[in-house]
Amino acid sequence: MNGDPAVTSMPIDLAFTIFVLAIMCGVAVISKVPATLHTPLMSGANSIHGIVLVGAMIIAVTADNPVSYVISFLAVAFATLNVVGGYVVTDRMLQMFRKRPAAAKPADPTADKASKAEG
Amino acid sequence: MDLTPLDAIVRLIWLAGAVGFVIGLSQMNSPATARTGNLISASGMAMAIGATALYLLVRPGASFNLTGWIIILVGIAVGGGYGLYSARTVKMTAMPQLVSLFNAVGGGAAALIAIDEYLRHAGAAPGLQENVATVLDIAIGSVTFTGSLIASGKLMGLKITPSRPVMIPGGRLVTIVLALVVVVGAGYLFTGNYNVAVMVAILAASLIFGITLAMPIGGADMPVVISLLNSFTGTAVAMAGFVLNNPVLIIAGALVGASGAILTKLMADAMNRSILNIMIGGFGGGDSTVSSVGAGGPGGSVREVSLDDAAIQLAYASSVIVVPGYGLAVAQAQHACRELADILEHRGVEVRYAIHPVAGRMPGHMNVLLAEANVPYPQLWEMEDINPEFNRCDVALVIGANDVTNPAARRPGSPVSGMPILDVDHAKSIIVMKRSMGRGYAGIDNELYVNPKTGMLFKDAKAGLAELIAAVKGL
Repeated sequence: MNGDPAVTSMPIDLAFTIFVLAIMCGVAVISKVPATLHTPLMSGANSIHGIVLVGAMIIAVTADNPVSYVISFLAVAFATLNVVGGYVVTDRMLQMFRKRPAAAKPADPTADKASKAEG
Repeated sequence: MDLTPLDAIVRLIWLAGAVGFVIGLSQMNSPATARTGNLISASGMAMAIGATALYLLVRPGASFNLTGWIIILVGIAVGGGYGLYSARTVKMTAMPQLVSLFNAVGGGAAALIAIDEYLRHAGAAPGLQENVATVLDIAIGSVTFTGSLIASGKLMGLKITPSRPVMIPGGRLVTIVLALVVVVGAGYLFTGNYNVAVMVAILAASLIFGITLAMPIGGADMPVVISLLNSFTGTAVAMAGFVLNNPVLIIAGALVGASGAILTKLMADAMNRSILNIMIGGFGGGDSTVSSVGAGGPGGSVREVSLDDAAIQLAYASSVIVVPGYGLAVAQAQHACRELADILEHRGVEVRYAIHPVAGRMPGHMNVLLAEANVPYPQLWEMEDINPEFNRCDVALVIGANDVTNPAARRPGSPVSGMPILDVDHAKSIIVMKRSMGRGYAGIDNELYVNPKTGMLFKDAKAGLAELIAAVKGL
Protein backbone atom coordinates (compact mmCIF):
# COMPACT_ATOMS: atom_id res chain seq x y z
CA MET A 1 0.00 0.00 0.00
CA ASN A 2 1.04 3.57 -0.38
CA GLY A 3 3.96 4.44 1.81
CA ASP A 4 5.05 0.85 2.01
CA PRO A 5 8.48 0.49 0.47
CA ALA A 6 7.40 -2.70 -1.28
CA VAL A 7 5.01 -0.83 -3.50
CA THR A 8 6.68 1.26 -6.13
CA SER A 9 5.21 4.60 -6.93
CA MET A 10 4.43 5.93 -10.36
CA PRO A 11 2.57 9.02 -11.52
CA ILE A 12 -0.84 8.11 -12.95
CA ASP A 13 -0.24 9.82 -16.28
CA LEU A 14 2.88 7.75 -16.80
CA ALA A 15 1.08 4.57 -15.79
CA PHE A 16 -1.74 5.33 -18.20
CA THR A 17 0.71 6.09 -21.02
CA ILE A 18 2.37 2.72 -20.50
CA PHE A 19 -1.04 1.05 -20.46
CA VAL A 20 -2.20 2.57 -23.75
CA LEU A 21 1.09 2.00 -25.57
CA ALA A 22 1.18 -1.61 -24.39
CA ILE A 23 -2.33 -2.16 -25.76
CA MET A 24 -1.27 -0.77 -29.13
CA CYS A 25 1.82 -2.91 -29.06
CA GLY A 26 -0.33 -5.96 -28.33
CA VAL A 27 -2.66 -5.17 -31.21
CA ALA A 28 0.26 -4.72 -33.62
CA VAL A 29 1.94 -7.95 -32.59
CA ILE A 30 -1.12 -10.18 -32.41
CA SER A 31 -2.70 -9.13 -35.70
CA LYS A 32 0.01 -11.00 -37.58
CA VAL A 33 -0.55 -14.39 -35.98
CA PRO A 34 -2.10 -16.96 -38.34
CA ALA A 35 -5.23 -18.86 -37.35
CA THR A 36 -3.19 -22.06 -37.19
CA LEU A 37 -1.54 -20.75 -34.05
CA HIS A 38 -4.50 -19.12 -32.36
CA THR A 39 -4.76 -21.72 -29.62
CA PRO A 40 -1.09 -21.57 -28.58
CA LEU A 41 -1.27 -17.79 -28.89
CA MET A 42 -4.19 -17.64 -26.53
CA SER A 43 -2.61 -20.08 -24.17
CA GLY A 44 0.67 -18.16 -24.34
CA ALA A 45 -1.07 -14.86 -23.65
CA ASN A 46 -2.89 -16.65 -20.86
CA SER A 47 0.41 -17.52 -19.21
CA ILE A 48 1.63 -13.94 -19.54
CA HIS A 49 -1.12 -12.64 -17.32
CA GLY A 50 0.28 -14.94 -14.69
CA ILE A 51 2.64 -12.00 -14.11
CA VAL A 52 0.05 -11.15 -11.49
CA LEU A 53 2.27 -13.39 -9.34
CA VAL A 54 4.53 -10.36 -8.91
CA GLY A 55 1.63 -8.52 -7.30
CA ALA A 56 0.70 -11.53 -5.21
CA MET A 57 4.25 -11.77 -3.85
CA ILE A 58 4.22 -8.08 -2.97
CA ILE A 59 1.02 -8.37 -0.95
CA ALA A 60 2.25 -11.56 0.74
CA VAL A 61 5.45 -9.95 2.00
CA THR A 62 3.68 -6.81 3.18
CA ALA A 63 0.83 -8.70 4.85
CA ASP A 64 0.47 -8.29 8.62
CA ASN A 65 -2.81 -9.93 9.59
CA PRO A 66 -4.44 -13.33 9.14
CA VAL A 67 -6.94 -12.15 6.52
CA SER A 68 -4.17 -10.69 4.41
CA TYR A 69 -2.13 -13.85 4.78
CA VAL A 70 -5.01 -16.03 3.61
CA ILE A 71 -5.77 -13.76 0.67
CA SER A 72 -2.14 -13.55 -0.39
CA PHE A 73 -1.68 -17.29 -0.09
CA LEU A 74 -4.62 -17.85 -2.45
CA ALA A 75 -3.33 -15.16 -4.78
CA VAL A 76 0.18 -16.66 -4.93
CA ALA A 77 -1.12 -20.19 -5.49
CA PHE A 78 -3.60 -19.05 -8.16
CA ALA A 79 -1.03 -16.95 -9.97
CA THR A 80 1.61 -19.68 -9.94
CA LEU A 81 -0.91 -22.19 -11.29
CA ASN A 82 -1.58 -19.70 -14.07
CA VAL A 83 2.11 -19.16 -14.88
CA VAL A 84 3.43 -22.70 -14.65
CA GLY A 85 0.42 -24.46 -16.14
CA GLY A 86 0.12 -21.88 -18.90
CA TYR A 87 3.69 -22.09 -20.11
CA VAL A 88 3.93 -25.86 -19.87
CA VAL A 89 0.71 -26.51 -21.75
CA THR A 90 1.66 -23.95 -24.42
CA ASP A 91 5.02 -25.60 -24.87
CA ARG A 92 3.36 -28.99 -25.19
CA MET A 93 1.08 -27.69 -27.89
CA LEU A 94 3.83 -25.97 -29.81
CA GLN A 95 6.15 -28.92 -29.92
CA MET A 96 3.47 -30.75 -31.85
CA PHE A 97 3.65 -28.34 -34.74
CA ARG A 98 6.12 -29.98 -37.03
CA LYS A 99 6.95 -29.69 -40.64
CA ARG A 100 7.34 -33.38 -41.38
CA PRO A 101 5.77 -36.23 -39.47
CA ALA A 102 9.07 -38.07 -39.69
CA ALA A 103 10.65 -35.42 -37.50
CA ALA A 104 8.40 -36.54 -34.68
CA LYS A 105 10.84 -38.04 -32.25
CA PRO A 106 9.62 -38.81 -28.76
CA ALA A 107 11.16 -36.47 -26.26
CA ASP A 108 8.25 -35.51 -24.09
CA PRO A 109 5.42 -36.80 -21.93
CA THR A 110 3.11 -37.09 -24.91
CA ALA A 111 5.70 -39.12 -26.76
CA ASP A 112 4.15 -42.52 -26.28
CA LYS A 113 0.91 -41.33 -27.74
CA ALA A 114 2.67 -39.77 -30.69
CA SER A 115 4.79 -42.79 -31.40
CA LYS A 116 1.80 -45.06 -31.18
CA ALA A 117 0.13 -42.94 -33.79
CA GLU A 118 3.11 -43.40 -36.01
CA GLY A 119 3.03 -47.15 -35.78
CA MET B 1 10.74 10.43 -7.31
CA ASP B 2 14.19 9.22 -6.40
CA LEU B 3 15.27 5.84 -7.61
CA THR B 4 17.73 3.93 -5.52
CA PRO B 5 20.15 1.79 -7.54
CA LEU B 6 18.18 -1.26 -6.41
CA ASP B 7 14.95 0.29 -7.66
CA ALA B 8 16.55 1.06 -10.98
CA ILE B 9 17.93 -2.44 -11.44
CA VAL B 10 14.63 -4.10 -10.52
CA ARG B 11 12.72 -1.82 -12.87
CA LEU B 12 15.12 -2.57 -15.69
CA ILE B 13 14.71 -6.30 -15.16
CA TRP B 14 10.94 -5.85 -15.14
CA LEU B 15 11.29 -3.99 -18.42
CA ALA B 16 13.40 -6.82 -19.83
CA GLY B 17 10.66 -9.24 -18.77
CA ALA B 18 8.04 -7.16 -20.57
CA VAL B 19 10.24 -7.09 -23.68
CA GLY B 20 10.40 -10.87 -23.43
CA PHE B 21 6.60 -11.04 -23.48
CA VAL B 22 6.38 -8.86 -26.59
CA ILE B 23 9.09 -10.78 -28.44
CA GLY B 24 7.57 -14.06 -27.32
CA LEU B 25 4.15 -13.09 -28.68
CA SER B 26 5.57 -11.79 -31.94
CA GLN B 27 7.42 -15.07 -32.47
CA MET B 28 4.02 -16.77 -32.42
CA ASN B 29 3.41 -15.67 -35.99
CA SER B 30 5.05 -18.78 -37.41
CA PRO B 31 4.95 -22.39 -36.24
CA ALA B 32 8.69 -22.57 -36.81
CA THR B 33 9.53 -19.90 -34.22
CA ALA B 34 6.56 -20.17 -31.90
CA ARG B 35 8.11 -22.61 -29.46
CA THR B 36 11.19 -20.46 -28.99
CA GLY B 37 8.87 -17.50 -28.57
CA ASN B 38 7.10 -19.23 -25.73
CA LEU B 39 10.43 -19.96 -24.07
CA ILE B 40 11.48 -16.32 -24.43
CA SER B 41 8.21 -15.29 -22.85
CA ALA B 42 8.72 -17.78 -20.02
CA SER B 43 12.25 -16.48 -19.45
CA GLY B 44 10.87 -12.94 -19.26
CA MET B 45 8.43 -14.19 -16.66
CA ALA B 46 11.16 -15.89 -14.65
CA MET B 47 13.26 -12.73 -14.73
CA ALA B 48 10.38 -10.52 -13.61
CA ILE B 49 9.52 -12.86 -10.74
CA GLY B 50 13.17 -13.26 -9.74
CA ALA B 51 13.67 -9.49 -9.72
CA THR B 52 10.59 -9.09 -7.55
CA ALA B 53 11.85 -11.65 -5.07
CA LEU B 54 15.23 -9.92 -4.93
CA TYR B 55 13.61 -6.56 -4.43
CA LEU B 56 11.33 -7.79 -1.68
CA LEU B 57 14.28 -9.40 0.11
CA VAL B 58 16.71 -6.52 0.10
CA ARG B 59 14.51 -3.45 -0.23
CA PRO B 60 15.59 -0.83 2.28
CA GLY B 61 13.63 -0.17 5.43
CA ALA B 62 11.68 -3.37 5.55
CA SER B 63 11.87 -6.16 8.05
CA PHE B 64 11.98 -9.75 6.91
CA ASN B 65 8.45 -11.12 6.94
CA LEU B 66 8.97 -14.83 7.55
CA THR B 67 5.27 -15.74 7.39
CA GLY B 68 4.94 -13.87 4.13
CA TRP B 69 7.83 -15.76 2.58
CA ILE B 70 6.57 -19.11 3.80
CA ILE B 71 3.24 -18.28 2.22
CA ILE B 72 4.94 -17.41 -1.05
CA LEU B 73 6.98 -20.61 -1.11
CA VAL B 74 4.08 -22.87 -0.15
CA GLY B 75 1.77 -21.06 -2.56
CA ILE B 76 4.26 -21.48 -5.39
CA ALA B 77 4.74 -25.15 -4.54
CA VAL B 78 1.01 -25.83 -4.46
CA GLY B 79 0.06 -23.78 -7.52
CA GLY B 80 3.15 -24.72 -9.49
CA GLY B 81 2.87 -28.40 -8.64
CA TYR B 82 -0.72 -28.64 -9.71
CA GLY B 83 -0.04 -26.51 -12.79
CA LEU B 84 2.83 -28.73 -13.86
CA TYR B 85 0.88 -31.90 -13.25
CA SER B 86 -2.30 -30.83 -15.01
CA ALA B 87 -0.51 -29.24 -17.95
CA ARG B 88 1.57 -32.35 -18.52
CA THR B 89 -1.24 -34.86 -18.26
CA VAL B 90 -4.09 -33.08 -20.01
CA LYS B 91 -5.36 -34.57 -23.24
CA MET B 92 -5.29 -32.18 -26.16
CA THR B 93 -9.05 -32.45 -26.59
CA ALA B 94 -9.48 -31.43 -22.94
CA MET B 95 -7.05 -28.55 -23.23
CA PRO B 96 -9.58 -25.72 -23.67
CA GLN B 97 -11.04 -26.35 -20.23
CA LEU B 98 -7.59 -26.35 -18.66
CA VAL B 99 -6.63 -23.07 -20.33
CA SER B 100 -9.95 -21.73 -19.13
CA LEU B 101 -9.13 -22.86 -15.59
CA PHE B 102 -5.73 -21.13 -15.73
CA ASN B 103 -7.52 -18.05 -16.94
CA ALA B 104 -9.96 -18.22 -14.04
CA VAL B 105 -7.26 -18.37 -11.39
CA GLY B 106 -5.31 -15.54 -13.05
CA GLY B 107 -8.38 -13.33 -12.83
CA GLY B 108 -9.03 -14.54 -9.29
CA ALA B 109 -5.50 -13.63 -8.22
CA ALA B 110 -5.87 -10.15 -9.70
CA ALA B 111 -9.14 -9.62 -7.83
CA LEU B 112 -7.64 -10.90 -4.56
CA ILE B 113 -4.80 -8.38 -4.79
CA ALA B 114 -7.25 -5.50 -5.10
CA ILE B 115 -9.38 -6.84 -2.25
CA ASP B 116 -6.36 -7.10 0.01
CA GLU B 117 -5.08 -3.65 -0.88
CA TYR B 118 -8.51 -2.22 -0.20
CA LEU B 119 -8.80 -3.86 3.21
CA ARG B 120 -5.42 -2.43 4.19
CA HIS B 121 -6.67 1.10 3.90
CA ALA B 122 -8.61 0.51 7.12
CA GLY B 123 -11.00 3.39 7.29
CA ALA B 124 -9.34 5.88 4.97
CA ALA B 125 -10.60 5.84 1.41
CA PRO B 126 -7.82 5.51 -1.16
CA GLY B 127 -7.36 8.28 -3.71
CA LEU B 128 -9.66 8.35 -6.71
CA GLN B 129 -7.13 6.78 -9.08
CA GLU B 130 -6.49 3.84 -6.83
CA ASN B 131 -10.17 3.60 -6.03
CA VAL B 132 -11.14 3.33 -9.69
CA ALA B 133 -8.44 0.76 -10.39
CA THR B 134 -9.42 -1.25 -7.31
CA VAL B 135 -13.10 -1.40 -8.18
CA LEU B 136 -12.37 -2.26 -11.83
CA ASP B 137 -9.89 -4.93 -10.77
CA ILE B 138 -12.33 -6.51 -8.32
CA ALA B 139 -15.23 -6.37 -10.78
CA ILE B 140 -13.41 -7.61 -13.89
CA GLY B 141 -11.28 -10.13 -12.01
CA SER B 142 -14.31 -11.67 -10.30
CA VAL B 143 -16.37 -11.84 -13.48
CA THR B 144 -13.58 -13.64 -15.27
CA PHE B 145 -12.98 -15.92 -12.28
CA THR B 146 -16.50 -17.34 -12.11
CA GLY B 147 -17.12 -16.92 -15.84
CA SER B 148 -14.04 -18.95 -16.75
CA LEU B 149 -14.82 -21.60 -14.15
CA ILE B 150 -18.29 -22.02 -15.63
CA ALA B 151 -16.85 -22.08 -19.15
CA SER B 152 -14.35 -24.69 -18.03
CA GLY B 153 -17.13 -26.75 -16.45
CA LYS B 154 -19.20 -26.49 -19.61
CA LEU B 155 -16.28 -27.68 -21.69
CA MET B 156 -15.86 -30.63 -19.34
CA GLY B 157 -19.58 -31.30 -19.68
CA LEU B 158 -20.20 -31.26 -15.93
CA LYS B 159 -23.79 -31.87 -14.87
CA ILE B 160 -24.21 -28.52 -13.15
CA THR B 161 -22.78 -26.72 -16.17
CA PRO B 162 -24.15 -28.48 -19.24
CA SER B 163 -22.57 -27.50 -22.53
CA ARG B 164 -25.90 -26.49 -24.00
CA PRO B 165 -26.97 -22.90 -23.40
CA VAL B 166 -28.72 -22.58 -20.05
CA MET B 167 -31.17 -19.74 -19.88
CA ILE B 168 -31.39 -18.19 -16.45
CA PRO B 169 -34.96 -17.29 -15.55
CA GLY B 170 -35.28 -13.52 -15.67
CA GLY B 171 -31.68 -13.45 -16.83
CA ARG B 172 -31.78 -9.97 -18.24
CA LEU B 173 -33.39 -8.54 -15.13
CA VAL B 174 -30.77 -10.25 -12.96
CA THR B 175 -28.03 -8.81 -15.16
CA ILE B 176 -29.45 -5.32 -14.86
CA VAL B 177 -29.72 -5.58 -11.09
CA LEU B 178 -26.15 -6.87 -10.80
CA ALA B 179 -24.84 -4.12 -13.06
CA LEU B 180 -26.72 -1.56 -10.97
CA VAL B 181 -25.14 -2.88 -7.76
CA VAL B 182 -21.67 -2.53 -9.26
CA VAL B 183 -22.28 0.92 -10.75
CA VAL B 184 -24.01 2.40 -7.70
CA GLY B 185 -21.49 0.82 -5.35
CA ALA B 186 -18.60 2.11 -7.41
CA GLY B 187 -20.12 5.59 -7.48
CA TYR B 188 -20.47 5.54 -3.71
CA LEU B 189 -16.86 4.49 -3.20
CA PHE B 190 -15.52 6.93 -5.77
CA THR B 191 -17.00 9.87 -3.89
CA GLY B 192 -14.59 9.27 -1.06
CA ASN B 193 -16.42 6.81 1.16
CA TYR B 194 -14.57 3.84 2.62
CA ASN B 195 -16.95 0.96 3.09
CA VAL B 196 -15.96 -2.70 3.13
CA ALA B 197 -19.58 -3.86 2.91
CA VAL B 198 -20.05 -1.97 -0.36
CA MET B 199 -16.84 -3.46 -1.68
CA VAL B 200 -18.07 -6.93 -0.78
CA ALA B 201 -21.39 -6.20 -2.50
CA ILE B 202 -19.53 -5.26 -5.68
CA LEU B 203 -17.47 -8.42 -5.36
CA ALA B 204 -20.52 -10.61 -4.89
CA ALA B 205 -22.44 -9.00 -7.74
CA SER B 206 -19.45 -9.48 -10.06
CA LEU B 207 -19.01 -13.11 -9.08
CA ILE B 208 -22.68 -13.80 -9.81
CA PHE B 209 -22.47 -11.80 -13.01
CA GLY B 210 -19.68 -14.08 -14.22
CA ILE B 211 -21.99 -17.05 -13.78
CA THR B 212 -24.95 -15.45 -15.53
CA LEU B 213 -22.61 -14.38 -18.32
CA ALA B 214 -21.23 -17.83 -19.06
CA MET B 215 -24.22 -20.10 -18.39
CA PRO B 216 -26.26 -19.13 -21.47
CA ILE B 217 -23.32 -19.69 -23.82
CA GLY B 218 -23.61 -22.72 -26.07
CA GLY B 219 -20.78 -25.07 -26.93
CA ALA B 220 -20.04 -23.72 -30.40
CA ASP B 221 -19.70 -20.17 -29.09
CA MET B 222 -16.99 -21.22 -26.66
CA PRO B 223 -14.05 -19.96 -28.76
CA VAL B 224 -15.49 -16.46 -28.56
CA VAL B 225 -16.19 -16.57 -24.85
CA ILE B 226 -12.84 -18.05 -23.91
CA SER B 227 -10.96 -15.34 -25.77
CA LEU B 228 -13.20 -12.68 -24.27
CA LEU B 229 -12.56 -13.94 -20.75
CA ASN B 230 -8.84 -14.10 -21.51
CA SER B 231 -9.01 -10.46 -22.51
CA PHE B 232 -10.85 -9.67 -19.26
CA THR B 233 -8.15 -11.28 -17.17
CA GLY B 234 -5.49 -9.27 -18.95
CA THR B 235 -7.41 -6.11 -18.17
CA ALA B 236 -7.88 -7.14 -14.54
CA VAL B 237 -4.14 -7.73 -14.22
CA ALA B 238 -3.42 -4.32 -15.73
CA MET B 239 -5.80 -2.83 -13.14
CA ALA B 240 -3.91 -4.67 -10.41
CA GLY B 241 -0.84 -2.95 -11.85
CA PHE B 242 -2.54 0.40 -11.37
CA VAL B 243 -3.45 -0.53 -7.79
CA LEU B 244 0.12 -1.51 -6.97
CA ASN B 245 1.71 1.10 -9.29
CA ASN B 246 3.58 -1.71 -10.93
CA PRO B 247 4.65 -1.16 -14.56
CA VAL B 248 5.23 -4.79 -15.50
CA LEU B 249 1.72 -5.77 -14.43
CA ILE B 250 0.33 -2.90 -16.50
CA ILE B 251 2.31 -3.83 -19.59
CA ALA B 252 1.66 -7.57 -19.44
CA GLY B 253 -2.01 -7.07 -18.60
CA ALA B 254 -2.51 -4.62 -21.45
CA LEU B 255 -0.78 -6.94 -23.92
CA VAL B 256 -3.03 -9.83 -22.99
CA GLY B 257 -6.09 -7.63 -22.88
CA ALA B 258 -5.38 -6.48 -26.43
CA SER B 259 -4.60 -9.94 -27.77
CA GLY B 260 -7.72 -11.40 -26.22
CA ALA B 261 -9.82 -8.61 -27.67
CA ILE B 262 -8.46 -9.18 -31.17
CA LEU B 263 -9.03 -12.92 -31.00
CA THR B 264 -12.55 -12.35 -29.72
CA LYS B 265 -13.28 -10.12 -32.67
CA LEU B 266 -11.78 -12.60 -35.15
CA MET B 267 -13.83 -15.45 -33.67
CA ALA B 268 -17.04 -13.43 -33.66
CA ASP B 269 -16.41 -12.41 -37.28
CA ALA B 270 -15.85 -16.03 -38.25
CA MET B 271 -19.33 -16.81 -36.97
CA ASN B 272 -20.75 -13.62 -38.38
CA ARG B 273 -22.21 -12.67 -35.04
CA SER B 274 -21.69 -9.70 -32.84
CA ILE B 275 -20.09 -10.27 -29.47
CA LEU B 276 -23.21 -8.85 -27.85
CA ASN B 277 -25.38 -11.31 -29.72
CA ILE B 278 -23.28 -14.22 -28.48
CA MET B 279 -23.36 -12.90 -24.92
CA ILE B 280 -27.12 -12.71 -24.97
CA GLY B 281 -27.13 -16.23 -26.33
CA GLY B 282 -29.70 -15.99 -29.08
CA PHE B 283 -28.48 -18.57 -31.54
CA GLY B 284 -27.99 -22.05 -30.21
CA GLY B 285 -30.62 -21.54 -27.56
CA GLY B 286 -33.77 -22.13 -29.48
CA ASP B 287 -33.78 -25.13 -31.73
CA SER B 288 -37.53 -24.99 -31.40
CA THR B 289 -37.84 -21.43 -32.67
CA VAL B 290 -35.59 -21.96 -35.67
CA SER B 291 -37.48 -24.24 -37.95
CA SER B 292 -35.71 -26.25 -40.55
CA VAL B 293 -37.48 -24.30 -43.27
CA GLY B 294 -34.81 -21.63 -42.97
CA ALA B 295 -34.84 -19.81 -46.25
CA GLY B 296 -36.93 -22.34 -48.03
CA GLY B 297 -33.88 -24.44 -48.69
CA PRO B 298 -34.06 -26.77 -51.65
CA GLY B 299 -35.60 -30.09 -50.94
CA GLY B 300 -34.13 -33.16 -52.49
CA SER B 301 -33.06 -36.49 -51.26
CA VAL B 302 -29.99 -37.60 -49.48
CA ARG B 303 -27.74 -40.03 -51.31
CA GLU B 304 -25.78 -42.60 -49.37
CA VAL B 305 -22.42 -43.69 -50.61
CA SER B 306 -21.02 -47.14 -49.95
CA LEU B 307 -17.75 -47.58 -48.16
CA ASP B 308 -16.04 -49.15 -51.17
CA ASP B 309 -17.27 -46.44 -53.46
CA ALA B 310 -15.94 -43.79 -51.10
CA ALA B 311 -12.60 -45.60 -50.88
CA ILE B 312 -12.30 -45.76 -54.66
CA GLN B 313 -13.14 -42.07 -55.02
CA LEU B 314 -10.48 -41.14 -52.50
CA ALA B 315 -7.80 -43.50 -53.73
CA TYR B 316 -8.06 -42.46 -57.36
CA ALA B 317 -8.41 -38.75 -56.77
CA SER B 318 -5.50 -36.46 -57.49
CA SER B 319 -6.45 -33.96 -54.82
CA VAL B 320 -8.42 -34.46 -51.61
CA ILE B 321 -9.38 -31.82 -49.07
CA VAL B 322 -10.30 -33.06 -45.62
CA VAL B 323 -12.72 -30.86 -43.69
CA PRO B 324 -12.48 -31.81 -40.02
CA GLY B 325 -15.00 -30.58 -37.51
CA TYR B 326 -15.42 -30.97 -33.82
CA GLY B 327 -17.13 -34.32 -34.38
CA LEU B 328 -13.74 -35.64 -35.42
CA ALA B 329 -12.16 -34.45 -32.21
CA VAL B 330 -14.98 -35.78 -30.05
CA ALA B 331 -14.55 -39.20 -31.64
CA GLN B 332 -10.77 -38.93 -31.03
CA ALA B 333 -10.37 -39.72 -34.71
CA GLN B 334 -7.59 -37.29 -35.58
CA HIS B 335 -4.98 -40.08 -35.59
CA ALA B 336 -7.10 -42.27 -37.85
CA CYS B 337 -7.63 -39.27 -40.06
CA ARG B 338 -3.91 -38.72 -40.46
CA GLU B 339 -3.40 -42.42 -41.15
CA LEU B 340 -5.90 -42.28 -44.00
CA ALA B 341 -4.17 -39.16 -45.31
CA ASP B 342 -0.80 -40.93 -45.19
CA ILE B 343 -2.08 -43.88 -47.15
CA LEU B 344 -3.63 -41.60 -49.74
CA GLU B 345 -0.41 -39.62 -50.03
CA HIS B 346 1.54 -42.79 -50.62
CA ARG B 347 -0.77 -43.42 -53.53
CA GLY B 348 0.14 -40.00 -54.87
CA VAL B 349 -2.97 -38.14 -53.76
CA GLU B 350 -2.46 -34.58 -52.63
CA VAL B 351 -4.11 -34.23 -49.20
CA ARG B 352 -4.83 -30.95 -47.47
CA TYR B 353 -6.92 -29.96 -44.49
CA ALA B 354 -9.39 -27.08 -44.56
CA ILE B 355 -9.66 -25.55 -41.11
CA HIS B 356 -12.51 -23.24 -40.29
CA PRO B 357 -11.50 -20.60 -37.72
CA VAL B 358 -14.04 -21.79 -35.17
CA ALA B 359 -13.49 -25.52 -35.59
CA GLY B 360 -13.04 -26.85 -32.09
CA ARG B 361 -13.72 -25.37 -28.71
CA MET B 362 -11.20 -22.56 -28.63
CA PRO B 363 -9.62 -20.42 -31.34
CA GLY B 364 -7.47 -22.60 -33.57
CA HIS B 365 -8.19 -25.74 -31.54
CA MET B 366 -8.47 -28.04 -34.56
CA ASN B 367 -4.94 -27.17 -35.66
CA VAL B 368 -3.58 -28.31 -32.32
CA LEU B 369 -5.54 -31.55 -32.43
CA LEU B 370 -4.26 -32.38 -35.90
CA ALA B 371 -0.73 -31.32 -35.00
CA GLU B 372 -0.96 -33.73 -32.09
CA ALA B 373 -1.70 -36.47 -34.60
CA ASN B 374 1.51 -35.47 -36.40
CA VAL B 375 -0.16 -33.79 -39.32
CA PRO B 376 2.54 -31.50 -40.72
CA TYR B 377 1.42 -27.90 -40.36
CA PRO B 378 1.98 -26.93 -44.03
CA GLN B 379 -1.00 -29.21 -44.79
CA LEU B 380 -3.27 -27.21 -42.48
CA TRP B 381 -4.92 -24.55 -44.61
CA GLU B 382 -6.87 -21.59 -43.38
CA MET B 383 -10.31 -20.88 -44.74
CA GLU B 384 -9.44 -17.94 -47.03
CA ASP B 385 -6.55 -19.82 -48.59
CA ILE B 386 -8.28 -23.14 -49.14
CA ASN B 387 -11.64 -21.90 -50.41
CA PRO B 388 -10.45 -21.19 -53.99
CA GLU B 389 -8.86 -24.65 -53.99
CA PHE B 390 -12.14 -26.53 -53.62
CA ASN B 391 -12.88 -25.85 -57.32
CA ARG B 392 -9.84 -27.86 -58.25
CA CYS B 393 -10.19 -30.68 -55.79
CA ASP B 394 -11.66 -34.04 -56.72
CA VAL B 395 -13.04 -35.09 -53.37
CA ALA B 396 -13.88 -33.13 -50.27
CA LEU B 397 -14.10 -35.40 -47.23
CA VAL B 398 -16.17 -33.78 -44.48
CA ILE B 399 -15.71 -35.43 -41.10
CA GLY B 400 -17.80 -34.20 -38.21
CA ALA B 401 -18.24 -30.68 -39.53
CA ASN B 402 -21.68 -29.32 -40.18
CA ASP B 403 -22.74 -25.67 -40.02
CA VAL B 404 -19.43 -24.34 -41.36
CA THR B 405 -20.11 -26.16 -44.63
CA ASN B 406 -23.74 -25.14 -45.09
CA PRO B 407 -24.21 -23.28 -48.39
CA ALA B 408 -27.34 -21.70 -46.91
CA ALA B 409 -24.98 -19.23 -45.27
CA ARG B 410 -24.49 -17.51 -48.63
CA ARG B 411 -28.16 -16.54 -48.83
CA PRO B 412 -30.00 -14.22 -46.48
CA GLY B 413 -32.81 -15.52 -44.34
CA SER B 414 -31.12 -18.45 -42.64
CA PRO B 415 -29.77 -18.47 -39.09
CA VAL B 416 -26.29 -19.06 -40.48
CA SER B 417 -26.59 -16.36 -43.16
CA GLY B 418 -23.44 -14.38 -43.64
CA MET B 419 -21.31 -16.77 -41.66
CA PRO B 420 -18.10 -17.42 -43.57
CA ILE B 421 -18.14 -21.04 -44.70
CA LEU B 422 -15.81 -23.49 -46.36
CA ASP B 423 -16.80 -23.81 -50.03
CA VAL B 424 -17.06 -27.57 -49.81
CA ASP B 425 -19.87 -27.66 -52.37
CA HIS B 426 -17.43 -26.43 -55.04
CA ALA B 427 -15.57 -29.73 -54.97
CA LYS B 428 -16.19 -32.20 -57.78
CA SER B 429 -17.39 -34.78 -55.32
CA ILE B 430 -18.23 -34.61 -51.65
CA ILE B 431 -18.20 -37.35 -49.04
CA VAL B 432 -19.73 -36.52 -45.69
CA MET B 433 -18.95 -38.82 -42.81
CA LYS B 434 -21.50 -38.32 -40.08
CA ARG B 435 -23.28 -40.47 -37.58
CA SER B 436 -26.79 -39.42 -38.50
CA MET B 437 -28.73 -36.68 -40.21
CA GLY B 438 -28.73 -34.82 -36.88
CA ARG B 439 -28.48 -31.07 -37.05
CA GLY B 440 -25.53 -28.96 -36.15
CA TYR B 441 -25.33 -26.29 -33.53
CA ALA B 442 -27.42 -23.80 -35.51
CA GLY B 443 -30.28 -26.28 -35.46
CA ILE B 444 -30.91 -26.19 -39.20
CA ASP B 445 -30.59 -28.70 -42.01
CA ASN B 446 -27.43 -28.61 -44.04
CA GLU B 447 -28.16 -28.08 -47.74
CA LEU B 448 -24.84 -29.64 -48.56
CA TYR B 449 -26.28 -33.06 -47.70
CA VAL B 450 -28.92 -32.90 -50.42
CA ASN B 451 -26.46 -31.72 -53.04
CA PRO B 452 -26.42 -34.30 -55.88
CA LYS B 453 -22.63 -34.38 -55.66
CA THR B 454 -22.74 -35.39 -52.02
CA GLY B 455 -22.55 -38.95 -50.79
CA MET B 456 -23.32 -39.57 -47.14
CA LEU B 457 -21.37 -42.12 -45.15
CA PHE B 458 -23.33 -42.65 -41.95
CA LYS B 459 -20.62 -43.73 -39.56
CA ASP B 460 -18.90 -42.68 -36.39
CA ALA B 461 -15.75 -40.79 -37.34
CA LYS B 462 -13.29 -43.18 -35.73
CA ALA B 463 -14.89 -46.44 -36.80
CA GLY B 464 -15.73 -45.05 -40.22
CA LEU B 465 -12.17 -43.91 -40.84
CA ALA B 466 -10.80 -47.29 -39.77
CA GLU B 467 -13.11 -48.99 -42.28
CA LEU B 468 -12.15 -46.50 -44.97
CA ILE B 469 -8.47 -47.13 -44.32
CA ALA B 470 -9.01 -50.87 -44.64
CA ALA B 471 -11.01 -50.38 -47.83
CA VAL B 472 -8.37 -48.13 -49.42
CA LYS B 473 -5.62 -50.57 -48.44
CA GLY B 474 -7.57 -53.38 -50.07
CA LEU B 475 -7.68 -51.64 -53.43
